[in-house]
Amino acid sequence: MTDRFRIAIVGSGPGGLSAAARAAERGESHVLLEAEPHLSNTIYRYQKGKFVMDEPGILPLRSPVPFKAGSRETILGAWDEAAARLKINVRHGHEVSAIAKRPDGLFELKCANGKVVEAQFVVLGIGLQGNIRKLGVPGEDLPFVQYQLDDPDEYEGETIVVVGAGDAAIENAIALAKQNNVVIVNRRDEFARAKKGNEAGILKAIEDGLIECYYNAGPERVDALSVGRKKGRMILATANGKAQILIDRVIARLGATAPRGFVEACGVEFPSKDPASVPAISPQYESNVKGLYIVGALGGYPLIKQAMNQGYEVIEYIRGEKVEPADEPLLKAKFAPMPGFRSVDEALARVQKNVRLLSHITPLQLREFMLDSDVRTPKSGETVFARNDYTNSFYSIVDGEVQVVVDAATDQRITLRRGEFFGEMGLISGRRRSATVIAGAGCVLVETPRRSMNRLINSVAAVKREIDQVFILRAIQSRFVPEADAAQLADVVASATLQKFAAGDVLFNEGEVGDCLHLVRVGSLTISRNIGGKEVVLSYVPAGNYVGEMALLGDSKRSATARASIATETVRLTGESFKKLVARMPVLKLRLQAEYRQRAAANLAMQALPSGGDVIQFLLSQGAGEATDILLIDESLCVRCDNCEKACAETHGGTSRLDREAGPTYASVHVPTSCRHCEHPHCMKDCPPDAIRRAPNGEVYIADNCIGCGNCERNCPYGVIHMASKPPKKPGLLSWLLLGLGPGPGEAPVDPKKKKEAKEKKAVKCDMCKDVGGGPACVRACPTGAAIRISPEEFPAYAQSRR
Amino acid sequence: MSARHESILNHARSRYFWVALALSLASIVAYVWHAPDVGPNGGTWLGYTLGTIAALLIVWLMLFGVRKRSYSGAGGTLRGWLSAHVYLGTSLILIALLHCGFQFGWNLHTFCLVLMLVVIFSGFFGVYSYLRYPTLMTRNRESATRAAMLEEIGELDQNALALADGIDPKIHAIVLRSIQNTRLGGGVFSQLSARDDSDAALASVRAAIAARETQAKATTNPQSGQTIFAMVDFLASGANDRQTEALRKLIDLLSQKKAIATRVARDIQYQAVMEIWLYVHVPLSFGLLAALIGHVVSVFFYW
Repeated sequence: MTDRFRIAIVGSGPGGLSAAARAAERGESHVLLEAEPHLSNTIYRYQKGKFVMDEPGILPLRSPVPFKAGSRETILGAWDEAAARLKINVRHGHEVSAIAKRPDGLFELKCANGKVVEAQFVVLGIGLQGNIRKLGVPGEDLPFVQYQLDDPDEYEGETIVVVGAGDAAIENAIALAKQNNVVIVNRRDEFARAKKGNEAGILKAIEDGLIECYYNAGPERVDALSVGRKKGRMILATANGKAQILIDRVIARLGATAPRGFVEACGVEFPSKDPASVPAISPQYESNVKGLYIVGALGGYPLIKQAMNQGYEVIEYIRGEKVEPADEPLLKAKFAPMPGFRSVDEALARVQKNVRLLSHITPLQLREFMLDSDVRTPKSGETVFARNDYTNSFYSIVDGEVQVVVDAATDQRITLRRGEFFGEMGLISGRRRSATVIAGAGCVLVETPRRSMNRLINSVAAVKREIDQVFILRAIQSRFVPEADAAQLADVVASATLQKFAAGDVLFNEGEVGDCLHLVRVGSLTISRNIGGKEVVLSYVPAGNYVGEMALLGDSKRSATARASIATETVRLTGESFKKLVARMPVLKLRLQAEYRQRAAANLAMQALPSGGDVIQFLLSQGAGEATDILLIDESLCVRCDNCEKACAETHGGTSRLDREAGPTYASVHVPTSCRHCEHPHCMKDCPPDAIRRAPNGEVYIADNCIGCGNCERNCPYGVIHMASKPPKKPGLLSWLLLGLGPGPGEAPVDPKKKKEAKEKKAVKCDMCKDVGGGPACVRACPTGAAIRISPEEFPAYAQSRR
Repeated sequence: MSARHESILNHARSRYFWVALALSLASIVAYVWHAPDVGPNGGTWLGYTLGTIAALLIVWLMLFGVRKRSYSGAGGTLRGWLSAHVYLGTSLILIALLHCGFQFGWNLHTFCLVLMLVVIFSGFFGVYSYLRYPTLMTRNRESATRAAMLEEIGELDQNALALADGIDPKIHAIVLRSIQNTRLGGGVFSQLSARDDSDAALASVRAAIAARETQAKATTNPQSGQTIFAMVDFLASGANDRQTEALRKLIDLLSQKKAIATRVARDIQYQAVMEIWLYVHVPLSFGLLAALIGHVVSVFFYW
């Protein structure tokens, strides 16, 4: 039996629900198909009492469904109420398994429960979470088989089988093992998929007998039992035959199937193979399949409010109404300073026409791109950014020109004109700006933050290609021969290739015959020599520097081994073309020789140290190679007063962002758990509101528009980010000293009311005290000079200072 | 910020050492050169000058406590402050002695001096402990955190208990007693003495190991308490091999635990030593401030 509607909406998340609500309000024939028995499964699965934020604050909400920052329960309650009030035609338990467009133009939506729905238009709002993977065996839907765990303390004295070997399964198993008898079932013979900490935790729990583990095993059947004390039993297929476990509960954490396969099966095309890429959609959110619209996270809009606005707009578009997008006033404000600005559409067209790099993207992508970006109109002579700034935004020149100061000493400049771009070096290498850029006459620039630019590079191959080409040329030019122009370098650039190395990979070995030169573009290298059967690290080569030139100039054998200390990308120049370049430019040879002499002297000094390289090796093994600034504590000076932690808490709203005690130590050098301000911060990878930024001096900080989702906390491999709410205010020094009011300086704040309600929690991390004068408080507050912050370039000097 | 670690003594190339040295030398030169008819004392113009310098120094030295607690704002690094605190505080001994012209008596003035000396010498102990104990502490910890060590003790206890449970109720009771008797930290003296009270129970377990070894020679230790007899009885009674094995394992666990407990106790001891002197240094410096006010007031009113 089939039902026919005008609009079928798939998925009742913020986007889908808002669309259904608008359709209901407008009296459209519609149906909202939801797989789960409740609305908005992603938010439903948030932990209890989680505070949900409504960033971006400046964007107005346009939806018949209300949404304000608040606890998960309040928001879900308001949505349920709105769904009932607006009489949304919602069908629960309808998991759409296929969408096909029939020759008559109607869509046919097949559901997993056998129902079929026909519709003229489809709005896809299924998000990116995907469908939870179930056990896939008989009994997978029994009431005591569950696929999530809200509160592990809810269960006590039960026998619980946890199925899965990922982080979620391990975390659940460990938390449950406190009060229950836990069995974990792992399909494979190890927990390699999990994070290191979790892997160590589960192995320890298994060894200690707290958790029983079945390796190489999988569930075969789950049965409900009506007699006996246990609710059911699970039959396992193991390597040694079958096993039966009497159980109270099964918790399966098997991940989710990414929605991409399903979406592609509907005929929607993705622009690239990159897993982060999203389908291309028109300004009206229509995909390449006519009549199929995509809203929300799946379309590249991860924030709740954006998705809700799109839900509203998409219904209007389907009805053929013209709506001004909710972001129109924002864009208008952005473009206002642009000379000759008339309308947003015209300004967008102008940007796209003038900047070739941006001509590759769709109008909707450009809109989104511009929402993230800023339009800058610096006066002639104004500095756009200075050499050695740590900013990493990308600039496109819409009009006018800028001058790049290639050589500050001789004031040699290169002029870039309309349509060109700059800032790609800082963006790609994650390091300091390599040159100062000064605005010229009539300059109109679009400044794009790192994340938006990276998203563009990863999703549009043409953009990546173009930027890489320019990068190679400019890298060679700025590092070797500033006096040469593009034409003179054409053959070197043409023969140059990009090469990727994983951490620990060898670029070349000591004693090999050298045939190429590497210019480090991303990451860093270590140079080491084999001395007395032991590999001794002699130096650290950060991005922007080169290795391997000497084998090309003089002796043909490599004098040392070059190894990637972290994931690294280099520009590889062939020996032949480089030799030609040297022959053509005698000044280059002198320059290389001068630098070589310096390096050789430094290496010799390191070799003379008995164990100098060991400290560097230790630091690099702690991931310090990707740091830009790392806190080190000399444990022979540290008196464990924790004044560093106190100072951090006192200067940062009561929460310390560093853990002095935790972390490894080698030869009295202790690496505490504290932010290293990585070149390519892992925390920035997946921040929905793009709240993690890098300040001009290199500090990676979290801006106020954090929504508290916790992605950065999970992504940081060093565990330096955590979620915290604002503590109550403290009394001043005198009122504490004389009147005994509240906690004193350095003491933990106590909350007298100890409320247990949902509190706004945001991510906090070290910002290197960028807003406090005098440098990082932890270092300034150390009474014995045990705490210092240094950058990896200083490691050799540091190692030498430690003898 | 320099890319190296510097201790408070060689901070900024020992800048404050030279400042303190210059101040001391200047005071000595002035003292020798001055030579008043009545003999050097606090009442001469040099006496007043040195007294004023000393009083200001004391107030400034005490401001270190305020600086340490003001975490925001400028005002140099705390390391620099502490370096100056140590060197200038040391020079205070000389300045105060020159101020009084080495005149002592049973009065408030000398009391003030004594108090000051106690404060300064407790500070010397502080410097000594700051230079000595951090390294010892690191070595003792073997890169484990205290929390991790405590957790490990808890786990060893649980394992030992589980193991003992499978052997015999008597053994179980012994292990339980040993666990209950393990106390780490506590009052000032138990912190400083680095003793964990599990010693008694653990010692008896160790004695049991010894007794078991000598048991073959059929000699029992008459000193050992009930614990050993319980264990030895067990081994002697020819309980089955599995239980013997379990008992050996249990003894391993208990001695392993003892080793960690000793390390934790020592860790606590080191930290306690690095803090204990402050309980003399700080209160007495407040006492000194009060006595100093008394000294200054009395000199002006009764002189």
